Amino acid sequence: MDMSTPMGHGPKMKLVMVGNGMAGVRTLEELLKLAPDLYDITVFGAEPHPNYNRILLSPVLAGEQTVDDIILNPTDWYADNAIHLHLGKKVVKIDRSARYVEAEDGTRAEYDRLLLATGSNPFMLPVPGADLPGVISFRAIADVDAMIRASSQYRHAVVIGGGLLGLEAANGLMKRGMDVTVVHIGPWLMERQLDEPAARLLQKSLEEKGMKFLLQKQTAELVRGESGRVAAIKFKDGDSAPADLVVMAVGIRPNTELAESAGLHCNRGIVVNDTMQTFDPRVYSIGECAAHRGVAYGLVAPLFEQAKVCANHLAHYGIGRYQGSVTSTKLKVTGIDLFSAGDFIGGEGTESILYSDPIGGVYKKLVIKDNRLVGGVMYGDTVDGAWYFALLRDGKNVSELRDHLMFGQDHCGNLGHQGVNKAATMTDDMEVCGCNGVCKGDIVKAIREKGLFTLEDVRKHTKASSSCGSCTGLVEQILAVTAGGDYSAAPKTKSMCGCTDHTHEAVREAIRDNKLLTIPQVMTFMEWRTPNGCASCRPALNYYLISTWPGEAEDDPQSRFINERAHANIQRDGSYSVIPRMWGGQTTPAELRRIADVAEKYAIPTVKVTGGQRIDLLGVKKEDLPKVWADLDMPSGHAYGKALRTVKTCVGSEWCRFGTQDSTQMGIDLEKVFFKMWAPHKVKLAVSGCPRNCAEVAIKDVGIIGVDSGWEIYVAGNGGIKTEVAQFLVKVKTPDEVLEYSGAFLQLYREEARYLDRTVHYVERVGLDYVKKKILDDADNRRALYERLLFALSVERDPWVERAREGKLKHEFETVAA
Amino acid sequence: MNNWTDILDVNDIPKLGARVVRHGSLDIAVFRTADDEVFALEDRCPHKGGPLSQGIVHGRKVTCPMHSWNIELDSGCAVAPDHGCAREFAVKVEDGRVWLDFAEAACAAA
Repeated sequence: MDMSTPMGHGPKMKLVMVGNGMAGVRTLEELLKLAPDLYDITVFGAEPHPNYNRILLSPVLAGEQTVDDIILNPTDWYADNAIHLHLGKKVVKIDRSARYVEAEDGTRAEYDRLLLATGSNPFMLPVPGADLPGVISFRAIADVDAMIRASSQYRHAVVIGGGLLGLEAANGLMKRGMDVTVVHIGPWLMERQLDEPAARLLQKSLEEKGMKFLLQKQTAELVRGESGRVAAIKFKDGDSAPADLVVMAVGIRPNTELAESAGLHCNRGIVVNDTMQTFDPRVYSIGECAAHRGVAYGLVAPLFEQAKVCANHLAHYGIGRYQGSVTSTKLKVTGIDLFSAGDFIGGEGTESILYSDPIGGVYKKLVIKDNRLVGGVMYGDTVDGAWYFALLRDGKNVSELRDHLMFGQDHCGNLGHQGVNKAATMTDDMEVCGCNGVCKGDIVKAIREKGLFTLEDVRKHTKASSSCGSCTGLVEQILAVTAGGDYSAAPKTKSMCGCTDHTHEAVREAIRDNKLLTIPQVMTFMEWRTPNGCASCRPALNYYLISTWPGEAEDDPQSRFINERAHANIQRDGSYSVIPRMWGGQTTPAELRRIADVAEKYAIPTVKVTGGQRIDLLGVKKEDLPKVWADLDMPSGHAYGKALRTVKTCVGSEWCRFGTQDSTQMGIDLEKVFFKMWAPHKVKLAVSGCPRNCAEVAIKDVGIIGVDSGWEIYVAGNGGIKTEVAQFLVKVKTPDEVLEYSGAFLQLYREEARYLDRTVHYVERVGLDYVKKKILDDADNRRALYERLLFALSVERDPWVERAREGKLKHEFETVAA
Repeated sequence: MNNWTDILDVNDIPKLGARVVRHGSLDIAVFRTADDEVFALEDRCPHKGGPLSQGIVHGRKVTCPMHSWNIELDSGCAVAPDHGCAREFAVKVEDGRVWLDFAEAACAAA
């Protein structure tokens, strides 16, 4: 078959999309962003409406939103993008050899590429009376219209199916004033998402709202009334109930009818590969109709992932792959908080942590397997749903979090949003993102007006949660409430950035195994999508190269963030701050005199003592930096870099009457040995001379406490966004051992952490036991790690000396007058 | 008609980097891409005035060092969804020399 495609010149290729729903239109949107002129696009939709947010049908039924509110792409959008839109036309035929599709009314469209986004059909129970007037499904705007009409004329509604959709339909009908009974075949509600205790709580609170339930009832027949409309429902056990309206919500089936008629391979969905192509490579399929690795997804986030990959492929960008998603569920019934994800039942090899407060209406269950969260269900308090979901998705080791896992992320000390952690209780003017000053109202507005669905979208448009990330859970809650649907379900593995699909780990491995020494080499070898990366991957690659091949790999200044290129910290007005190193926080009168002289000579506006026991000169002009460094004649403090920052010390046994060890000297020794160490993120150390801990070692990457019999080493503490207490690693006897054990830990972090992960994130990911195995149990490995660190440090030079005295990269500090 | 001023050698700008040209009180960032294309923008991010010259250059974009806005070098305009443009200046390279016209060129999307 001829698969050649006209590129750039000649007539455009023809893309036809069958189905006009969320997943399909999202694909077109992504495609138009990537290649706006590549295709002549035609869309067939069986419904008479443009693309709308199907997830929000429940709020429309409940009277909380209108149909206009949930339209995502008005017809203008199609016109603006020159898309031929055929509404209300059902495609009934695909001719794959002549390459055209044909609708019921005879409308034909030829294609070079065909996208099947036919979605799914509700499953109708094959019982007598299923075709009576008054028996409907809950799937489309027409169904909602029918329900709203019925609610104004009739009294008794029966919803068959106690799953997510059924309960949402029942809730909406109840709000419309109907007397609603939910019929369910299972022993409890929502058994695919809830365990029995959670389902009982849900049932109880729905009963309090007035909903009735008939569990473990099998429908035998729908009975016709005198008017010809359905009048009652009969069960197999002989019972019956009045029913003027019957809504079947027993499940959906991928709509594969058209694909099958065209001879495309289907198996519980239209079978697609990782690039969303069917067995005919000209024909793509995405959304609820597509079966990817045996799964047909029904939630929005995975479908949007698929859309991205599909658009990518259609645009000839080619290397994106969809590899499946982990999903979570949230029930959209106002006033009921419910969340479930993963394997929430548990079984052999799993353990469960339970919290149950029947009076308060709170139930939580977390299922753990091999120290990893594999599932959970929450009822009544779902604040931490997003956090649990992230732990689950990332497969994080939770052994150290275990004892407070149940109490949520807030327990781990996140700052910056007034301690509030429940989006629903926030008013529109309350600040969600403390870094970028974004209020709840801004986010809600952006979600509504711009039609945002994913966390990534919200970050791009509002900047909320795009800096420190501590408000991510809040933003995800706002997203779930405003746009409806599930929490963002990202792919199982996280790529480094948009320039590649490879993970940090894969890139590091390739650099190590193939001895790649420059960024262009890595990009060629790993088939980067962009010619020279972006501001996010280049600094990471540069770090991976120089940390893997010290002395051999090229340190590329143009791939360093400005602070590490200028070796000073850029300030909001474009000036810089200079912090000279003071070993262990100790200084001398001569140094202080030089600092004072420099501050006066260069008219430096602010002189401040830092939290790391040194002195900050703020407001230095860039062109003055080399002269300032020369006059200071002190080593670089690296206060600007992903590098060793300070070693904070107390005065220790030399002066302090409580001191048991010479903590100051220990700190100076550590700082001198680890000086010039680049790392995935900043690294801070501290040494206290006794357990009174005046140097605050508990919130440092490596904290040392002197005790009478030696030194205790603590690791992976953090005092930033996420306050985290350091964990005890080992107790040693001598200062040399302190150096070796601390150095080995830092080298392990340098070699294995992802760029921009602090030690706390790294240890959280691999677990302290792993660190112990590598450093405590294996003495040879510990020494080898330490040796590698010492070697890497031996090839680094003081950047201030190179620039102040030797004129390295002079152009960086010179402006051109013209 | 352009009023060209000879500024500097193209090799004085690092590849994937920038130099600051000071013209009176005006700072202009002159960028060089991997393919030796040269662009000139006022050294002020349309967001909060960050010095674009200090950002990381990739493709035909620069990422502002302050809050990571991406700015298109050939128009000075921010990549969506951010809005705003940095002033653009006409620039040419002849025989390895970079010439600038200090009269502001129209911003494509302004």
